[in-house]
Amino acid sequence: MWSLLKIELFKVFKRPRTYIAFIAVWAIVSLIQLAIYVDGPKYMDFVLRDVKESFDVIGDPLNGYFVCFVILQTLLIHVPLLVALVSADMVAGEANMGTLRLLISKPVSRTKLLLSKFFASAIYAIILLIWIAILGLFLSMVVFGTDGLINAKSYEIIILNGNDVFWRYLCAFGFAALALITVSSLGFFFSIFAENSLGPIVATMSVIIVFTILTTLDIPLFQSVKDFFFTTHMIGWKGFFEMKTDAEGMSIPGTIRNLPAVLRSAGILLLHILIFTGSAIFIFNRKDVLS
Amino acid sequence: MEAIIKVSHLTKTFRELTAVNDLSFTVQKGDVYGFLGQNGAGKSTSIRMLLTLIQPTSGSIEVFGYNLQHHRKEILRNTGAVIERPDLYKYLSAYETLQLFAAMSSVKLTRQQYMDQLELVGLAQRANSKVRTFSQGMKQRLGIAVALVHNPELIVLDEPTNGLDPQGIADMRNLILMLREKMKKTVLVSSHLLSEVEQIANRMLIIDKGKKLVEGTVSELFHPDDTVVLIETTNQPACEELLRNSNYATQLIGIDAAGIELKLRKEEVPVLTKMLIENNISILGIHACHSLEDYFLKITTANQHVEPFKN
Amino acid sequence: MTIFSKHKNKANVLPVMLVLTSYFLLLTSFNKELTADELVKKVKAKMDKVNDYVATGKMKTDVVFIKAPVANIKSYYKKPNRFAIKRDGGVSLLPKGGVSVNVSSLLLTDEYTAIDAGKTTLGTTAVRIIKLLPLSEKSDVVLTTMYIDEANLLIRKASTTTKENGTYDMEMQFGKYADWGLPDKVVFSFNTKDYKLPKGITLEYDDGSKKPELPKNKKGKVEITYSSYVINKGVTDAMLK
Repeated sequence: MWSLLKIELFKVFKRPRTYIAFIAVWAIVSLIQLAIYVDGPKYMDFVLRDVKESFDVIGDPLNGYFVCFVILQTLLIHVPLLVALVSADMVAGEANMGTLRLLISKPVSRTKLLLSKFFASAIYAIILLIWIAILGLFLSMVVFGTDGLINAKSYEIIILNGNDVFWRYLCAFGFAALALITVSSLGFFFSIFAENSLGPIVATMSVIIVFTILTTLDIPLFQSVKDFFFTTHMIGWKGFFEMKTDAEGMSIPGTIRNLPAVLRSAGILLLHILIFTGSAIFIFNRKDVLS
Repeated sequence: MEAIIKVSHLTKTFRELTAVNDLSFTVQKGDVYGFLGQNGAGKSTSIRMLLTLIQPTSGSIEVFGYNLQHHRKEILRNTGAVIERPDLYKYLSAYETLQLFAAMSSVKLTRQQYMDQLELVGLAQRANSKVRTFSQGMKQRLGIAVALVHNPELIVLDEPTNGLDPQGIADMRNLILMLREKMKKTVLVSSHLLSEVEQIANRMLIIDKGKKLVEGTVSELFHPDDTVVLIETTNQPACEELLRNSNYATQLIGIDAAGIELKLRKEEVPVLTKMLIENNISILGIHACHSLEDYFLKITTANQHVEPFKN
Repeated sequence: MTIFSKHKNKANVLPVMLVLTSYFLLLTSFNKELTADELVKKVKAKMDKVNDYVATGKMKTDVVFIKAPVANIKSYYKKPNRFAIKRDGGVSLLPKGGVSVNVSSLLLTDEYTAIDAGKTTLGTTAVRIIKLLPLSEKSDVVLTTMYIDEANLLIRKASTTTKENGTYDMEMQFGKYADWGLPDKVVFSFNTKDYKLPKGITLEYDDGSKKPELPKNKKGKVEITYSSYVINKGVTDAMLK
């Protein structure tokens, strides 16, 4: 299994396509950083426009933590598309190249073959996320410094102490890894049905885009079913940036407002991963390879 | 003789289409076994079943004396295959490709051994070139190297000359002959070109519409005196039944509206005629029409079937 | 209050002297009572003893749409009107005009008219109500009502009405630093505006937590509890930045 995984990783990282995502992430992160560097106060004014009339801001809200928050908020909608680019290609791409039939005629079980491919795409997603962390978090921390984090939601503003943010990011990145692996497993699932990678890539992107739009629309019908969309749970990382409050309504640093909800979301994502990957393996084991 | 492949009553249906229909054949150790049939005759489907890419609907396959379903890993560990055009990974070099597939068969060779394999197929000079830059013929040869890298006993080549230029075809032919003669491998090679198989195979099987037409040694099948006889009678079912119960049963190769086709030696024609008359079969005509070669040409140029695969 | 009780006691003990004595005593007490202007000036004079200070404290923000932990803050003040609140390792939102949290700024200029508006009690403390009307047309402040503890010369409460930002209330509790006119605790109440960001921008995670219901009066509160003051030891401009 380990040697199969090494083979799959070798293939993933030998492919030029793999690096598109790394370049894309670098480009997006740099652009956001540049934009905030140049126009950050204006953006901050927009976020705090209703607040600035009655409040003065002390401390530096425009710091590396905030920049990383903006980056994650933007990227975690788009990175799934980059992840799909690789995961949806895992099987379909081989079918297209004509190498799938060679792989299957090798003395390895289809289950192991598929698992190694799935793990390779999951590892790819994690490495991409580490890349995002390096550029989006660590580089932002270096360039913009650190201070408290303002998490502006639609109906409230959460202010986190500067020394209460970093661990939240670690948790958030862990959660985001789960979210990306979910996308990865969806792309992977579609991948087994196709003989070229375009179909599954488009299918994965479509599912994510449609679900995200439905989740964002404030239409009661969609609101009631949004819990069933895995995309709803993909933004669960934001749950780490909220705090419990004490009896007096004061937020308590070092706490997470609704950890069970975040863990539930994580569990739902994990369930999706198991279902997508499990179904892919189940179907693929019974599939005639005609490519 | 040791049977390397033993296929019994193999059938595969895709919805309404029966791609392989009750196919049985045996490949002996050391054979270069030609698997002949027009495109869509069921060759690829059969070979894919042999390599576990396709699940048979019914029938059994034994390789090296083991049941394929139950000993898949052991069998595939000792089998190398080139299935249609091996496009391989364009972004890898020839050397990396070989390394990768060796690892998939849990084999690790020294650099020299890899180079020897590439030398064997004439690609040593291009070991570090990306597959992207290879011609179809080079990819095909690299495919053979991939099939050989774990030193298997059985080599399965599905249409290995497809898409090759005449020089490429000649190279491939020499390579296959070398596999048999020098490396003592057992080779199953499929083709839709009789001329090609004729030159390299010692035994062959011809299939059409998923069914076996004939099987035997090439020298038998292509005996100069062989003819295909078409018998037209007033009572075809009775005639068919008679022939099936006679010594001619194995020589029946086709029954359709036009008549019954049999493969016969010329001198057998009068004997057959006599037998039919004695059994009260009214003969409208007996046409000793083609040699087997002509016959094969006829079926290979006939209307194409609906193909389950794209070649 | 003490004056009145004395008067009553004496009346009980010496009924004959009632009218005369009460007349004189009342006269005396009214004579002692300062005018609004004088009182404000006296309070101001007391606070003028403080040239600068650095105060350490904790700040609680109680605004319905702000979720913030208790913040450790430092306040810096320098005469006449330099004031800054800073916190280490964090960001805070302070009600507009953070200077208002500082008492002396209420009495910054002389350009006001002080009007006596009677007396009342805040808790158990008797206070005089003084209304300050700014003279300048440009001033954002329309009216400041002060509740001054005359005995201790402390401002217990101030309510400021502004043109733009509604009414601010400031309540102060005094302790160790009462001699300097510096409060141990300041509770600042103010009106807040609605807060709303378009949801599409934020892509909210709904963890099932109840969304706060917006109260009708939308009052916000900021409470600062000072634990210590370092008074008249110098405050540099850098600290006030």
